[in-house]
Amino acid sequence: MVTTKGIVTGVNGNMVTVKVDGVVSLNEVAYIHNGEKRLKAEVIRIRGDIVQTQVFEITKGIKVGMDVSFTGEMLAVELGPGLLSKIYDGLQNPLPEVAAKTGYFLEPGVYLDALPRTVTWDWTPIAKPGDTVTRGDYLGSVPEAGFVHKIMVPFTLYGTYTVKSVKEPGAYTVDTQIAVLVDAQGNEVPVTMFFEWPVKRAIDCYTERLKPTEPLITKSRIIDTFFPVAKGGTFCIPGPFGAGKTVLQQTTSRYADVDIVIVAACGERAGEVVETLVEFPELIDPRTGRSLMERTIIVCNTSSMPVAAREASVYTAVTMAEYYRQMGYDVLLLADSTSRWAQAMREMSGRLEEIPGEEAFPAYLESVIANFYERAGLVRLKDGKKGSVTIGGTVSPAGGNFEEPVTQATLKVVGCFLGLSRERSDARKYPAIHPLESWSKYRGVLPTEHVAWAHRFLERSAEVSQMMKVVGEEGTSLEDFVLYLKGELLDAVYLQQNSFDPVDAAVKPERQHFMFRLMVKILGGNQTFSDKEDARGWFNKLRQMILDMNSQEWKSDQFNETSAAVEAYIQERTKNMSAHGTKILEAMERA
Amino acid sequence: MKKVYSKIESIVGNVITVKAQDVAYGELAQVKTRFGVSLAEVIRLDNENVSMQVFAGGRGISTGDEVQFLGHPMQVSFSENLKGRIFNGAGIPRDNGPELHENLITIGGPSVNPSKRIIPREMIRTGIPMIDLFNTLVKSQKLPIFSISGEPYNQLLARIAMQAEVDLIILGGMGLKYDDYLIFKETLEQGGALQKTVMFVHTAADPVVECLMVPDISLAVAERFALQNLNVLVLLTDMTNFSDALKEIAITQEQVPSNRGYPGDLYSQLAARYEKAVDFSDSGSITILAVTTMPGDDVTHPVPDNTGYITEGQFYLKGGRIEPFGSLSRLKQQVNGKTRADHRAVMDGMIKLFAAYRDTLEKKAMGFQMSAWDQKLLKYGELFEKEMMDLSVNIPLEAALDKGWEILASCFEPQETGLQTKLIEQFWPKKVS
Ligand SMILES: Nc1ncnc2c1ncn2[C@@H]1O[C@H](COP(=O)(O)OP(=O)(O)OP(=O)(O)O)[C@@H](O)[C@H]1O
Ligand SMILES: [Mg+2]
Repeated sequence: MVTTKGIVTGVNGNMVTVKVDGVVSLNEVAYIHNGEKRLKAEVIRIRGDIVQTQVFEITKGIKVGMDVSFTGEMLAVELGPGLLSKIYDGLQNPLPEVAAKTGYFLEPGVYLDALPRTVTWDWTPIAKPGDTVTRGDYLGSVPEAGFVHKIMVPFTLYGTYTVKSVKEPGAYTVDTQIAVLVDAQGNEVPVTMFFEWPVKRAIDCYTERLKPTEPLITKSRIIDTFFPVAKGGTFCIPGPFGAGKTVLQQTTSRYADVDIVIVAACGERAGEVVETLVEFPELIDPRTGRSLMERTIIVCNTSSMPVAAREASVYTAVTMAEYYRQMGYDVLLLADSTSRWAQAMREMSGRLEEIPGEEAFPAYLESVIANFYERAGLVRLKDGKKGSVTIGGTVSPAGGNFEEPVTQATLKVVGCFLGLSRERSDARKYPAIHPLESWSKYRGVLPTEHVAWAHRFLERSAEVSQMMKVVGEEGTSLEDFVLYLKGELLDAVYLQQNSFDPVDAAVKPERQHFMFRLMVKILGGNQTFSDKEDARGWFNKLRQMILDMNSQEWKSDQFNETSAAVEAYIQERTKNMSAHGTKILEAMERA
Repeated sequence: MKKVYSKIESIVGNVITVKAQDVAYGELAQVKTRFGVSLAEVIRLDNENVSMQVFAGGRGISTGDEVQFLGHPMQVSFSENLKGRIFNGAGIPRDNGPELHENLITIGGPSVNPSKRIIPREMIRTGIPMIDLFNTLVKSQKLPIFSISGEPYNQLLARIAMQAEVDLIILGGMGLKYDDYLIFKETLEQGGALQKTVMFVHTAADPVVECLMVPDISLAVAERFALQNLNVLVLLTDMTNFSDALKEIAITQEQVPSNRGYPGDLYSQLAARYEKAVDFSDSGSITILAVTTMPGDDVTHPVPDNTGYITEGQFYLKGGRIEPFGSLSRLKQQVNGKTRADHRAVMDGMIKLFAAYRDTLEKKAMGFQMSAWDQKLLKYGELFEKEMMDLSVNIPLEAALDKGWEILASCFEPQETGLQTKLIEQFWPKKVS
């Protein structure tokens, strides 16, 4: 194969124009030769022999006339054992290894192997000579951090193959040849434990896509009960600065009931990644008994790192997510923030002098966002098992106003919207998910009708609260006032959750059921109050008791004591239950 | 000697274009005009057309002026000799001292590898209760003061600089009024801190391109000192002027604006500077305190908005005081657990009560009845504003905590404060005057 070469003819920010002497393809990787350094770039537009590339590095120092070599390959990542617990930049450069080489600063043009070549893996074959295999079929497996890591027929091998030989069990490095396949023409294809896959193409080695139905437990009450996320589904977290997007993602990455978590820190603060880096190795994942870091991959292209790599980072992350999904795992991808990725696209679009859309975002913004979230999904694999990729992205809307292109484009495609509000975060009501604006299309840990019933109390309470601002407490009826207090209580003890309290930070579904029943008894009960002061006092004490209970270990003596006291306290005031409340309680007993 | 080009093809705003070979992107050039020599930075290469931004501006440049490329990007001299000196945005002395040429370093260098960063761990004391007690400043933090114009933000900045225990102060002034420049100079002089200060000052009268250089030049110098084990405090005032300079240049270059005329990369531009704040694990640190004036007191204006998305909180200066609401130090929890046992509780408790006071004020304004509890809150709020929020209060954290208990005790019964019994037993003042 003749490789294409070119020379630089122009530089504008991180866009470099190249005149080429041969064939190029869109999204192909090229290297700009700046002295000793090779700077990685991606082809983003081709017009005749003039090619525009976005450079994944600082472009300072590039001159017209410099040589450019084209690789013939699209931007790709390495897939194989050893990805877990790694910290990569947007191009899958392992950052600690880069630091070992270049020290404090990220020098341009340093590209290291994503997968360590010296580590050995205990290989157990699955396929046998004579088997017929296609892409994604399991050839064998190695243990990786408590997971069974399947070694698959590379997804790039289209067509049908016959297994010629498989390596005997043993400890091998990733680049060891572990099988030889033979294609229909009789050509031998050696296979190692890893291969490359282009990041901008969704991995499609599955038999069908299924509707996401099973809830993905985040252990956050407001999410799991009111605005649930599904395994294989999508959700977004828009919110103004400081509203708690990152903290919410950090707690989710910690407590979510999934196999593997991939965190894509995309154009945000480097310091926030450090918290994860330092804390995760110390925390235990109850599912595996190993450190949380061992189920986590961090892709980090923070705000001061080159902008083009920021765009690549979300694709790098989702490709690794899809890879583990192919082994039958439930993978959660958290991207913070998708707005920074959209802005990277906007910068490039401006340099390409494309016709701008709203707020100068390119016209294809919507379809690009839709395509990205489309890569989430629950799939049935060839062996009948299921695997899933769930994607949650934060959005950082300008001015905190959701009527902007990135938020709107995202809302069109996601299944769950967790909108954070400035009003709630200012009032320190965390997580600051707005209960009247957020929505989810998925089913949660409780039946949707029950949740809708409870939600109506929040709506009515908000109405009374609005009204009270005008007519004062004096002008509000006792009945309305109690309704207001019920909504406030539900908010304070159920929706709000203290993510810095070791117990309250993560609440299992079982405990959410228990709490919800308690809520039904309060919301659906008709209590007797002599006046508003009496009602306020009663609810205040109740709130304090439940908050205490929230930070007590589930089913501990202390917890049992408090919960009995709470039940008695409620009982004492309750004349009777509303019909709807009774119905829900009965249904919950039956379940 | 490098070749001299004496034909300028075009002059648009501050950007000139010449036909030249072998020029690097980001390279510096000298432009000789009849007003003197100015630096220019290459901002675009298109075949043989080289466009550059002239630091002194495009005014008065003639198509026959001479351009000579220097073969290197923008640099600044780095040595001990910087201390006590004052320069402009192009690195040329503003004081009467000599020009510095030794040990030139490139500005705008690569960012720190995230895996080499550490969790911030040390408090910076300022003597201002609204900071030390309620929104503690942390070494290596990046924090802006959000303020409407006319507020004493530069005085506040100068005062923090004076009181903070840092080894070196770097002042980056952008569009600084001459009076404000003098405020800094005098405050630092009086405090005997001038010798540990380096100033890069662009005043409102200087060319706009030089304004753009100020953060990079200040931070490049800061980075070198930090790597020599110094704890450096960088003051950047006013980043809204820096952003406006970006806007002006983007518009003359006919870039499509994204929001109210600002370029689409405003976020990345600001982040590239703020992210220079760092604590080197085995060396010094950079802390950045900036000023962001908010046109029309509007936090959703693109400059404060993008800044808020980048920095680790903000101090909101309003009516000459740091507002408890709207102000936030996102790193405070890293340090306020290790100061004094009552720090977090007093911080939370006093703010909750202050929020209740503000609600009461609102009710009062609406003409609703004031209860006995409301009366207590009104008394509390006034004391809080006078003894805590007033910027003239200058006491160490411990004294501020004691003062907090005093205020609480003079307004409330212990159980009304919502503070833990254990702390009340330990800290509640024994007798109230
Ligand atoms: N659940 C929570 N409990 C307590 N404090 C919280 C919680 N969530 C957020 N905070 C507070 O709010 C601050 C900002 O939160 P966070 O960094 O998550 O905001 P963000 O929405 O990601 O902001 P940005 O868009 O600027 O990145 C935190 O540093 C913390 O002080
Ligand atoms: Mg964030």
